[in-house]
Amino acid sequence: MSTQQQEPESQEAPADPEMKGTQSPQERRLEEKEAGLDAQAEADAEAEGETVHIKVFRYDPEVEAKQEPRFDDFHVPFEKGMTVLDAVMYARDEFDSSLTFRHSCRQAVCGSDAFFVNGRQKLGCKTQLADLEQPIRIEPLPHQEVVKDLVVDMDHFYDQMHAVEPYFQDEDTPDPADLEEQRQSPENREKIKMSSRCIWCGACMSSCNIAAGDNEYLGPAAINKAYKFAMDDRESEEIKEHRLRILEQEHGVWRCQTQFSCTEVCPKDIPLTEHIQELKREAVKKNLKFW
Amino acid sequence: MYEHDVIVVGAGGAGLRAAIAAHEAGADTALVTKLHPVRSHTGAAEGGINAALQEGDDWELHAYDTMKGSDYLGDAPAVETLAQDSPEDTMRLEHWGMPFSREEDGTVSQRPFGGLSYPRTTFAGAETGHHLLHTMYEQVVKRGIQVYDEWYVMNLAVTDEDDPNDRTCHGVVAYDVQTGQIEGFKANSGVILATGGPGQAFDHTTNAVSCTGDGHAIAYRAGAPLEDMEFIQFHPTSLPSTGVLISEGVRGEGGILYNNEGERFMFEYGYANNSGELASRDVVARAELTEVAEGRGVNDEYVHLDMRHLGEERILDRLENILHLAEDFEGVDGLVEPMPVKPGQHYAMGGIDVDENGQTCINGLYAAGEAACVSVHGGNRLGGNALPELIVFGKRAGRHAAGEDLGEPQIQTGYGDDVEDETDADLPVQPGEAGLETAGGVAADGGVAADAEGILERTVERERERVDRLMDRNEGIQHAEIRQKLQKAMTDHVNVFRTEEGIKKALRVIRECREQYQDVYVDDPSRTFNTDLQQTYETRNLIDVAETIALGALVRNEFRGAHWRQENQERDDENWLKHTLISWNGGEPRIFYRPVILEGEEKTYEPKERSY
Repeated sequence: MSTQQQEPESQEAPADPEMKGTQSPQERRLEEKEAGLDAQAEADAEAEGETVHIKVFRYDPEVEAKQEPRFDDFHVPFEKGMTVLDAVMYARDEFDSSLTFRHSCRQAVCGSDAFFVNGRQKLGCKTQLADLEQPIRIEPLPHQEVVKDLVVDMDHFYDQMHAVEPYFQDEDTPDPADLEEQRQSPENREKIKMSSRCIWCGACMSSCNIAAGDNEYLGPAAINKAYKFAMDDRESEEIKEHRLRILEQEHGVWRCQTQFSCTEVCPKDIPLTEHIQELKREAVKKNLKFW
Repeated sequence: MYEHDVIVVGAGGAGLRAAIAAHEAGADTALVTKLHPVRSHTGAAEGGINAALQEGDDWELHAYDTMKGSDYLGDAPAVETLAQDSPEDTMRLEHWGMPFSREEDGTVSQRPFGGLSYPRTTFAGAETGHHLLHTMYEQVVKRGIQVYDEWYVMNLAVTDEDDPNDRTCHGVVAYDVQTGQIEGFKANSGVILATGGPGQAFDHTTNAVSCTGDGHAIAYRAGAPLEDMEFIQFHPTSLPSTGVLISEGVRGEGGILYNNEGERFMFEYGYANNSGELASRDVVARAELTEVAEGRGVNDEYVHLDMRHLGEERILDRLENILHLAEDFEGVDGLVEPMPVKPGQHYAMGGIDVDENGQTCINGLYAAGEAACVSVHGGNRLGGNALPELIVFGKRAGRHAAGEDLGEPQIQTGYGDDVEDETDADLPVQPGEAGLETAGGVAADGGVAADAEGILERTVERERERVDRLMDRNEGIQHAEIRQKLQKAMTDHVNVFRTEEGIKKALRVIRECREQYQDVYVDDPSRTFNTDLQQTYETRNLIDVAETIALGALVRNEFRGAHWRQENQERDDENWLKHTLISWNGGEPRIFYRPVILEGEEKTYEPKERSY
């Protein structure tokens, strides 16, 4: 089964089999492993059907045995269509309830479960196990502080999203009570469509070398968020200029070195790099206007 | 201890809208949510927002369709409020920058949806909920409303008067998922529960894993009744493997359902001779399962939904998200093959008993969105009516909790003079009693009047003890085992087709789950991001909510809306034009009824046969 390491309290647990009733499943598994029983369990699991071997990153600042980061192995029964998220959920529910990760909608829209899977940022819920080489390494997103196991601190990501004034701004908003919408051409709506699909999963930020080296860089997600507003014809030209000024700051669009890594990993296929380039062009155009 | 005027629990569509409204009404407002707001399940809504915006349509038609769709179990004052307020509230979203799909002239697009007499579903591709959620979160950021994200609300701090109508809610107790810190949140003028649905009571659901009925359960244990819980909507088109939702928009745009013989069964077998695939959801869900039961299902499990004939351009324009879902989760290319679909648990029409201002019978306690039952959906919710419910009643709850006068409500809550007690229910087990040890519930003040802070502190103390107890135990049973058993029993026995015997079986399993829960323990010793602990709390909530669903389903011995009963396959207006209410009374459920209100502003909605 899983290669569990000892919990601090279990080090004092007596090895007497009579005492099994007072042990946690984690402790029992550990003991079985020491007795060589886990190899048997694994063999049994494999005999019953196909299993998938996942190696999951473990770390918990509070639990002594997990303070030193490590990988745990789990062998999860495989069914066609199973995803990375299904596998870690199975491992948690059946093998080790302390295995920790964020997840919610399991349909690629809540953005909670971006992991680093076999060296690439992916959404756990939409990544099929069958497409991956085994053993499958599942790690937290790189370049973000690990809170526990696969959970990373998202605060910096949220701060960057908030830094671009991510809300619709128009001085002349008429009273909606008269039921007149602002007109927007289907073409303009189409132009912002891809940028509006961002689910804030953080995969792009995690994949970006520039963001990794420059903590103040707004990063692809926030710039894309700004793009959505800047390109929306419903906002006025003055607001657009205000937005471009934010984007042109020292740690804004000009930091992007068009490495395309954000575009490659985006689970919603948003052309992030293109959006950043387009904003650079817009900024140049705006500056030329004042010459 | 944290302190605000209005505390909104949950930051999906209803919670965000409530917070914006409360803030605009001048209240110091905070959102407390177990997720980050943009992770909320509202983001998964696909179809759209019903609003009578166009010439030729009007709110009265919308109200009529909704009353008919509800199988005459909607309360007319609530339904009319929904239809009247939705156009302005939808336009408000447009002015907040929501990227609706557009017509050539730049106006917002609308499309047909099931059970609607006019194409009034306003949409943003097949990802309307995502845009609604993000647009409202942007407005929360703009206003600087305080958000406590990844804080799990464990209980309400409520006084302990005998009659729930006399109780007052002073705040909530929550724990910081990241650190394990347990704190009180004092609400000076109101707590709004906007915690979404309880879909995780079932194992095949379109709902997120986070939809565990937390608000339902804590309100229920504090004394607010749950209303019409037996009415669970099973969406006709969810993907068989995962339960992932395929929007009704597919049928709205012209998608066709076929059985394994390639027959367009909605017409061929007379399930809905006029509306076909666009009959209301309960009708289509039953039709699909009947096809499967009669051997005309594909692989004996599902049917096919075909949209190929719509053409690539239209699909990409209006349903692109559906292509991705079908490909990612079933490996099917919707442009070249039909998609497999079957009914999946989707929406709870019932919920916390509230009036049209969002208020429960407990002073200072409100609910909005799927967690609440106003009731606008009655026995069956029409597609496209959940999102207007969020914005219309989220806004109203926020304003009322902030102290605005919205007028005298026409809908009663709690145990008024008009209720009738259930006296002859033949229950297979004594429900409710077990599990009190960890129930939490009403914060006792020992019969002595205590101030708000005292009540809050005592509730905090009780939750700290409860957590210690769960963490200190070294053996017993884990939540996952109980949850899986509960979910399976509900899907096996309280699904689209229901029998008395099956519902009783489910109640016996729920009772077993309660008993097992006495021995539940948390294996993860860490206070850092302990999802094991959070899910143990959630599982307790699911047990309570599942029990109310099954109890409601057992006593309502008629067929109405989504609630089909084998023993009585006809609607019984003589006996059942009434809401089912279940309250937690001293640790035991009390079942009672309140008549439905069919009198609207200017007319009465006379029950008619519901044909599509």
